[in-house]
Amino acid sequence: MTSGLAGWVDTRLPIVTLMRKEFGTFPVPKNFNYFWNFGAISMLLMVVMISTGVVLAMDYMPNAAEAFGSVQHIMRDVNYGWLVRYLHQNGASMFFIATYIHTFRGIYYGSYKSPRELLWILGVVTLLIMMSTAFMGYVLPWGQMSYWGATVITNMFAAIPFVGDAVVTWLWGGFGVDSPTLSRFYSLHYLLPFVLVAVVLLHITAIHKVGSNNPLGIDVRSPQDTLPFHPYYTIKDCFGLCVYLALFAVLVFFAPDLFGDPTNFIPANPLQTPADIQPEWYFLPFYAILRAVPNKLGGVALMFGAMAILLALPWLDTSPVRSARFRPIYRPLFFVWLASIVLLGAVGAHKPEGIWVILGRIGTIYYFGHLLVVMPILGRFERPLPLPDSISRPVITRNALPRGASVAEIRP
Amino acid sequence: MNRFVVIAALAGLAFGATARAQEADTLTPPSQSWRFAGPLGTVDQAAAQRGFQVYADACSNCHGLKYLHYRDLSGIGFTAAQIKEIAARFMVPAGFDNQGNVVTRPATAASPFRPPFPNDEAARAMLNGALPPDLSLIVSSFPNGPNYIYALLTGYQDPPADVKLADGMNYNPYFPGHQIAMPPPLNEGDITYTDGTASTVAQNAHDVVTFLAWAAHPDMVQRKRIGFGVVLYFLGMAGVTFALKRRIWHGVH
Repeated sequence: MTSGLAGWVDTRLPIVTLMRKEFGTFPVPKNFNYFWNFGAISMLLMVVMISTGVVLAMDYMPNAAEAFGSVQHIMRDVNYGWLVRYLHQNGASMFFIATYIHTFRGIYYGSYKSPRELLWILGVVTLLIMMSTAFMGYVLPWGQMSYWGATVITNMFAAIPFVGDAVVTWLWGGFGVDSPTLSRFYSLHYLLPFVLVAVVLLHITAIHKVGSNNPLGIDVRSPQDTLPFHPYYTIKDCFGLCVYLALFAVLVFFAPDLFGDPTNFIPANPLQTPADIQPEWYFLPFYAILRAVPNKLGGVALMFGAMAILLALPWLDTSPVRSARFRPIYRPLFFVWLASIVLLGAVGAHKPEGIWVILGRIGTIYYFGHLLVVMPILGRFERPLPLPDSISRPVITRNALPRGASVAEIRP
Repeated sequence: MNRFVVIAALAGLAFGATARAQEADTLTPPSQSWRFAGPLGTVDQAAAQRGFQVYADACSNCHGLKYLHYRDLSGIGFTAAQIKEIAARFMVPAGFDNQGNVVTRPATAASPFRPPFPNDEAARAMLNGALPPDLSLIVSSFPNGPNYIYALLTGYQDPPADVKLADGMNYNPYFPGHQIAMPPPLNEGDITYTDGTASTVAQNAHDVVTFLAWAAHPDMVQRKRIGFGVVLYFLGMAGVTFALKRRIWHGVH
């Protein structure tokens, strides 16, 4: 079936067969919308981050005396160093945008439900690894916000009862954030992306076992419901990637400091606290949750809990229906939940005073309330709309099922 | 799906609003017009060269530009000969002789800008305890940086009657807390431009901010130029892949 060199290799090491099976003829539901592009986009961004990161590591100096200057050396003296560095810096934001969209798509269409629980958990684990990597990466330029962000976040661990202070000293490698902290963060920042690759491979292995969910949230019933991955979804992913990379290029070449904080252009100074310490945008909702609780341990627990709770999502959601399209009460509440996260993001960007304190608490209560109360209870009482018989049938009428319409009405 | 768009727009508004949050009693710097602003913005080389002169004649007595090398000045249109001549005005350390004494020689194009003080302690000792920040990234270090630096340079005033200045401090309503250690750095008639431009404080400030904005982002001109090509390439490829996608998916129902 495969001749020449590829055939010779394949009879000894079946990688051609494997690739053909997993990425060529692999059957995929034919009704994906463009939200299904963001898995591939996230993968590409991961590759961009690792390859630019490896190049940056060639000139970066992970010690407190030289770190800030070495980043400027990369920006100014290394040929196209500014390009590699801006790709890495803005790539982090683009990576999070893609992964967050990918995550919320999974939640909206119920992609975490049986039999995809492990797939979902592996996804949450990749997000956790990404977040740790991003946090440590932000410390490396050793600007004011790097230093004080690291100080604030590592100090959270002091809230752990009994061993908190010892844990913080251990994290710092000393009695304050300093060179030892920077060099260990650098080491881990280089390590974790490869752990991420491994977990992403497991994530892909899992999806190739259980198959993709789809916007209707119903199972594939016949071969008519699917298309081979290649060429249908390879070309669709290519199109999505080109659009996303165009946006990425706009950011890198025309607004490379858009997501950055001006304070991080000032070298780290342990003696001078900035007026306002703020994490990168992708952590703002979590930062708001941290500050919404007037107790340090409580705040830290809720902040980490906000991520950990996602691991339990497959069991918190009791509805038998996957896609929110067919859940008339859940669907608007999903958007309220999304709005509460956006609200928390805005709260995280403001000083915790006045109205922002109240808004932060409202957002936090709804964030957890939605997951812990609404999802378990609603699933038992909500009457879902009638589900279509199969993927291929509603797609015949092209614009498919209007929202809220029952299948009986649209069938010819 | 429209709601995703609405929510994304709301998020944008929320984050945009925070950027505008300012310190309560510090004046908001008025906006000036800058040739380097916007996607088509570029470096006004004549202004940047005058700005370099302002830096060299006034700022450089106290402020360094440690991440720049003299060779970088080619980015604002100085010729190799001019750069050699500029660099040669400064004596810089060049290792040790065979007795272990420090040798100095005139700087070359490859030398980093000479710092005004050998170390921070020397600067503080000379300047009443104040440490003048390095200017390599000063324009990027503040929100609305170019307008802020311009306002700061031109905004010195006599203190209001109810303000008691600390020893050696100066009054500037654009500076957080309004008391700044730096005396008014630009004074009418201090600088005579070699290109004959009329030298006013406003002109000096505008020129030096143009220079410092370039110094913070010497990659800007090349970056934007390459950027147009890259964005067009991906948009073009998006068109091609979209057409291909339409063709491949034709007939799928």
